[in-house]
Amino acid sequence: MIKAILIFNNHGKPRLIRFYQYFAEELQQQIIRETFHLVSKRDDNVCNFLEGGSLIGGSDYKLIYRHYATLYFVFCVDSSESELGILDLIQVFVETLDKCFENVCELDLIFHMDKVHYILQEVVMGGMVLETNMNEIVAQVELQNRMEKSEGGLSAAPARAVSAVKNMNLPEIPRNINIGDINIKVPSLSPF
Amino acid sequence: MSPTVRLQEMIRVIRSARTQGEERGVIQRECAAIRAQFRQADNGGRSHNLAKLLYVHMLGYPAHFGQMECVRLIASPRYNEKRVGYLGAMMLLDENQDASLLITNSIKNDLAHSSQYVQSLALCTLACMGSAEMCRDLAPEIDRLLRASSSYIKKKATLCAVHIVRKVPELGELFTPAARALLAEKNHGVLHGAIILITELCERNTQTLVQFREAVPELVHIMRGLVTSGYSPEHTVAGISDPFLQVRILRLLRILGRNNDTASDAMNDLLAQVATNTDSSKTAGSAVLYETVLTVMDIKSESGLRVLAVNILGRFLLNNDRNIRYISMTSLQKIVMTDHNAVQRHRGTIVDCLKDQDASVKRRALELSLALVSAINIRSMMKELLLFLSTCPPELKSHAASGIFNAAERYAPSQRWHIDTILHVLTTAGGDVRDETVPNLIQLITNTSQLHCYTVHKLYRALVADISQQPLVQVACWCIGEYGDSLLRGECEETEPVQVTEDDILDALETVLQSHMSSPATRGFALTATMKLSTRITENVDRIRSIVSIYGSCIDVELQQRAVEYNALFKKYDHMRAAVLEKMPVMDRSSSGQTNGESGGGGVQELEPTKPKQPEVVVAPQPASQVCDLLDLLSGPDEPSLPGTTLGPASSMTGSAGGDLLDLLGGLELTPTLPTVPAAVTVYEKSGVCLKLSCERPLDASQTITLTATNASDHDITAFTLQAAVPKNVQLQMKAPSGDALPARSSASVTQTVLLHNPNKVSLKMRVRLSYISQGSTVQDTVQIDSFPSPGL
Repeated sequence: MIKAILIFNNHGKPRLIRFYQYFAEELQQQIIRETFHLVSKRDDNVCNFLEGGSLIGGSDYKLIYRHYATLYFVFCVDSSESELGILDLIQVFVETLDKCFENVCELDLIFHMDKVHYILQEVVMGGMVLETNMNEIVAQVELQNRMEKSEGGLSAAPARAVSAVKNMNLPEIPRNINIGDINIKVPSLSPF
Repeated sequence: MSPTVRLQEMIRVIRSARTQGEERGVIQRECAAIRAQFRQADNGGRSHNLAKLLYVHMLGYPAHFGQMECVRLIASPRYNEKRVGYLGAMMLLDENQDASLLITNSIKNDLAHSSQYVQSLALCTLACMGSAEMCRDLAPEIDRLLRASSSYIKKKATLCAVHIVRKVPELGELFTPAARALLAEKNHGVLHGAIILITELCERNTQTLVQFREAVPELVHIMRGLVTSGYSPEHTVAGISDPFLQVRILRLLRILGRNNDTASDAMNDLLAQVATNTDSSKTAGSAVLYETVLTVMDIKSESGLRVLAVNILGRFLLNNDRNIRYISMTSLQKIVMTDHNAVQRHRGTIVDCLKDQDASVKRRALELSLALVSAINIRSMMKELLLFLSTCPPELKSHAASGIFNAAERYAPSQRWHIDTILHVLTTAGGDVRDETVPNLIQLITNTSQLHCYTVHKLYRALVADISQQPLVQVACWCIGEYGDSLLRGECEETEPVQVTEDDILDALETVLQSHMSSPATRGFALTATMKLSTRITENVDRIRSIVSIYGSCIDVELQQRAVEYNALFKKYDHMRAAVLEKMPVMDRSSSGQTNGESGGGGVQELEPTKPKQPEVVVAPQPASQVCDLLDLLSGPDEPSLPGTTLGPASSMTGSAGGDLLDLLGGLELTPTLPTVPAAVTVYEKSGVCLKLSCERPLDASQTITLTATNASDHDITAFTLQAAVPKNVQLQMKAPSGDALPARSSASVTQTVLLHNPNKVSLKMRVRLSYISQGSTVQDTVQIDSFPSPGL
């Protein structure tokens, strides 16, 4: 079971925190600080597994983390999860974020914290791994966003317009029209 | 800020705050605005407000006032608001809050909603924070969703079912048939969830486990499909087809195949196939391989397969990738108990990993090395471990130290080696060893009497070099106190002797006493050691007297008490000093272990005359770094016929002797010794009451004692009771007395039989307390019986 998922930057500021077990608020912040403290001491060429956090409880738990540019993605798991599997899962999650936000960077995570939560909800649910297929996750997130926008009031209007244009399906223009022996090549138009 | 200002705007403002104080101010203003908005009637910006609140919550500010808003938003018909409401519920609510009960109904309605996204929100929230009651209420709904819905919902419903089973294990039976049916699904997400559910069910209930054993062929079939299938763009990660699902299935197979031959047989071929065909160059392949290895080792697999598995782990161990090395050590740890020899083959590599820079790898290597220590390799392993101890990271030091002690204790090839090892550990990692190390070590030292000389020389050297490591200093002080004479003699076969004078030794002890680095316990040790030396050395006794008297006015109460009592020893009881301070007897292993643990509670309790097994009083005092009574210092003299030293048996270790027992063990009470006469002996005589003791059937380990009480005074005595206490390891059984009234002028007597069982042949002593009512007032008195008229002593 995954106990917690933490994303924080190189200075320890939290960008996303998700606990799958109840901890009081101060304890949550303490855990973030302790985890940051442990993880930031690590070199880049050591292994991605850490043990020894005392707050998040017990001997069964380890921290599996990956460092991407300015962000640390830390999953706190117990022994029922495969460690290498979780490493791959972090990769899947990051690639999904990349797809959903188009070249995701830290600012995206900062300003769209709720969207990141919704994406995470499609990957991990209740501390268990839900879906590992990136395309499936992205598709579901897209559908949900569409549903949100279809309801949206005034505030969603500008975003709606842009997404409406983006999603407009232009009819497919055949490039080669074969009429018997004559080959007419139609110049390719750039997509909208 | 207006309510419709979006989340991004607020975040921008917070980020532009330049100091922590400014940020706090901004956030407080925002929270106040949000709170005001929550109190108002419905406005369009509710979801934005909650989103802002959640952001603020992530930064660590209190957000509990948003809980009711979450409940309201969840009940809203709009998807936007529901979404944020559910997210808020998962972040802010948990089963301890009352508000969480209010959302049960909303969840129930949403589970039956027409839109699958609303259903999925409800499922997600239930799986994250569903309490036991909520789970019980909604379990039938979940079961329905498990059977008939889209695969998107099915997969979420299975994980929700796992959460329900964790919260309310009895509901597992409800989900078993649905889980079984889900194995036929094609969708990998649903299959993955189903495997997790089945794993959870099997782990909780053995009957379900037996049921699911029948599903092993089906699982094998699915797995084979995954392994042999070609490239599938959806699920392939680095050339492996859905490694996540493969790992899950392998784990489930492990649970099903454990201790079961038929299931294990069914899996053998598959496991061999996976082990040989999987490409382990990338992480995904390695994950599958190592899961396969663990499964092979856990089930009843054929020996060829086991060999293959251990070889795979060995290959992993030599891999350059640190992650793989870490994982292989974790796996080896799991199998080291069962396949010890196989793992021993890789000992060299593991020991090399102790020197790796990575702290996690070091930790794993330490655990594994400690597990691999055996009688054959103890010397070389210990060398490596001691080297490791001197360079290891501080968080591992105490674990390493205790591991080394355990290993040394189990496999020490010689006493001297053992003592050397312990001394080495104390000098390198002295601050991190556990408390019971000191008494254990002292006990070890007393037991190896031929090495006393050697030990004390080494310890003296260590003490002079460095007095900062408390356990080392404590042991050194104790040894110098005990064996100071061999130190002074200046000759030793085993090691280069140290040429010291008495002054040098006293200087060393005084340094410890005065140093600010010494803990109070250490000071206690040093003072006692100084005192003991007064009988071992000849010239500087005055110096010792002056040291001791200085500490008579020390602020530390413990030191002061000791010093005052030692002073008393010098002044009033000088004739006893030699006997009191003579060498300690060899300690019994079990007694040293027990006193530390149980004496706090059990050792000192009310004594009742009719209880068959009485709590015993410790006789042999133990040196310990705890608060010691005066009586601790005095070793119960071995020779019972020594006159005058009838100072009572020591109180229990912690000195927190219950009030009663402290009364029993009065200070330096001198009671008359008894001649060793086998007839009835008068042990107590006061104000007319006379207590006689006679021994019958003096067998080796057990004897019967009869206590007879008579009353020679002029007044009747009523409510006459006797209570008795004996040393540890002696069992006492008091039979019912013949009566409790002692009429005057010895016209009748009261007898009571006492059975003593002394299996360890410790020196037998008994302390008896009499209490009676005479002339309307209660009288209590105590008598110490040190020698019993019995040849079996």
